[in-house]
Amino acid sequence: MTHRIWYKPSRTLLAAIALIFFAVSGARAELLIRITEGADAAIPVAVVPFAESGQMPAGDKAGSIVQADLSMTGEFRTLPPEKMLSLPSRREEVYFRDWRLLGQRYVLVGSLTRSGDRVQARYELFDVNREERILGETAAAPASNMRSLAHHVSDKVYEAITGVPGAFSTKLAYVTLDTANGKPRYRLQVSDVDGKRARIRLESQEPILSPAWSPDGKKLAYVSFETGKPVIFVHELGTGKRTKVADFPGLNSAPAWSDDGRSLLMTLSKDGNAEIYRMNLESRQLTKLTNHWAIDTEPSWDASGKGVFFTSDRSGGPQIYHMETPGAEPRRITFGSRYNARPRPDNDGQYVYYVHQRDRAFHIARTELKTGEETILTRTESDESPSVAPNGRMLIYATRQNGTNVLTVISADGGAAYSLPASEGDVREPAWGPLVR
Amino acid sequence: MNFSAQSKAFALLLSVGLVAGCSSTGGTPEEGGEYGSDVAAVDQEGGSTVYGGDDQGGVSSSAMTEEERMAAREQAEQQALREVTVFYFDFDTAEIKQEARDVLVAHARFLANNPGQSVRIEGHADERGTKEYNLALGERRANAVQRFLIVNGASRGQLETVSYGEEKPAVMGSSESAWAQNRRVELVFE
Repeated sequence: MTHRIWYKPSRTLLAAIALIFFAVSGARAELLIRITEGADAAIPVAVVPFAESGQMPAGDKAGSIVQADLSMTGEFRTLPPEKMLSLPSRREEVYFRDWRLLGQRYVLVGSLTRSGDRVQARYELFDVNREERILGETAAAPASNMRSLAHHVSDKVYEAITGVPGAFSTKLAYVTLDTANGKPRYRLQVSDVDGKRARIRLESQEPILSPAWSPDGKKLAYVSFETGKPVIFVHELGTGKRTKVADFPGLNSAPAWSDDGRSLLMTLSKDGNAEIYRMNLESRQLTKLTNHWAIDTEPSWDASGKGVFFTSDRSGGPQIYHMETPGAEPRRITFGSRYNARPRPDNDGQYVYYVHQRDRAFHIARTELKTGEETILTRTESDESPSVAPNGRMLIYATRQNGTNVLTVISADGGAAYSLPASEGDVREPAWGPLVR
Repeated sequence: MNFSAQSKAFALLLSVGLVAGCSSTGGTPEEGGEYGSDVAAVDQEGGSTVYGGDDQGGVSSSAMTEEERMAAREQAEQQALREVTVFYFDFDTAEIKQEARDVLVAHARFLANNPGQSVRIEGHADERGTKEYNLALGERRANAVQRFLIVNGASRGQLETVSYGEEKPAVMGSSESAWAQNRRVELVFE
């Protein structure tokens, strides 16, 4: 079943939203999470703490992770456990009247059972008004991987309620910048979407830019200045093996994977001017897709995987263009202001998201492709690097808050938001990883 | 800024010229001393004071001397111009500003006279707008400076360009003044 969810931030609600900080554990470079805005029409959901049998690993409880996952989307309003009248873990223990009284639309109950080094979760989701079970499943994971198990449950619950797969099990890649021994320290990191379980994949004194996920989620392509100039590397996350794939004279930048993972779009200026190329990763053969005296850069495949969005200043300032097929005559998409750049498609071909200048501020905006209608999605003013979640419901971007660079996640229509500041220093260049089944 | 090999060589030539001129004509040591100190004021490192002191001849031709004075002044002016190695740009443009032109011409002449000297041209952008577009914009600025230097006598082989986009600001902060200082090309002599 599907619910269309509308949410529009209201000033009063915004004022009432508490800042929520989850504890930071482990590495200093981990991201914090801060929910800055909820949605007016958030759906009330009660996530009842899961019953436990057997020894559970230390750390956050599965139920509280699920609760946090659902809350941070802004699409749900979760009920604090202390307000619950009972803590059921099975269908027989659920009294719908109680939950109706508490104003809940859905109730999630479940239990965790330890056997050996694994934990099994059994969980059920109920529609309170219809008094129906709409989801009932079991899932298991190593005890050391409780967070993955909890995110999996969140994905299923999200899908059961909205009809769209959840993206809680996906990963974020981003770059942090701080100072170590008086020198800049850039770190390419990969974490869960809530900023937890961050792992450093590359550390450098020189800038790291534009991480891009391979479709299977196993590799990152990115731009590193470690050799003194921008060079594109492909990095296998499992093995840590890195391959220099583009080191031509001039720019080697803006990598973007094709759907089949076999080629990269990229910007090269080896012939004197920034142009977009496609590189076959096996043969390393290059195909030039643009040929214009202007800057052409920031390519991205469209939702169909056949056409290419990119930024070009051929009209005098940067604007978004689209080629129906690689190399076809580009069509200009944006007209609303003199600066529109870094396009990223949604997942169903309805919208393109990008950085948009309005007066002196840089926001994230989107244009509906069918109508050309443009909507500004953010109120922040130094916004960069939008990246759309693989389920199309959220997007992440980089912005400035109180003088530091943070990541912010918003719903695809700009309603709800949470931000992910680094515990120390700056964080930038977010890339939302694919759904990996 | 360091005195370069070229300016040392120039001062040396100047001094040698003085010695040659003096030996043919003769003159007073005081005059010689005078010229010596004049040259020394231009370039202490050039060793011209030593020649001036040794000189027994003085100066025969005031026209020659005037030429030398002018050459020395020109030399000093060029050198002063070359003290400037950072050039600024307006937002989202790569147009070399009027006030940068004389300086860049001085750099170009210097490079033309010193084929062994190479320079890295680093292009930068301010933090506004997108990183990858700014990378291309930084390159466009570096390329504009490279073309200007080539047109004015430098050779391509001496020039290397690199763009850092918005990644290496000269000044931290998000003010108009910080942005203005970050939209730049820097010449780094190697």
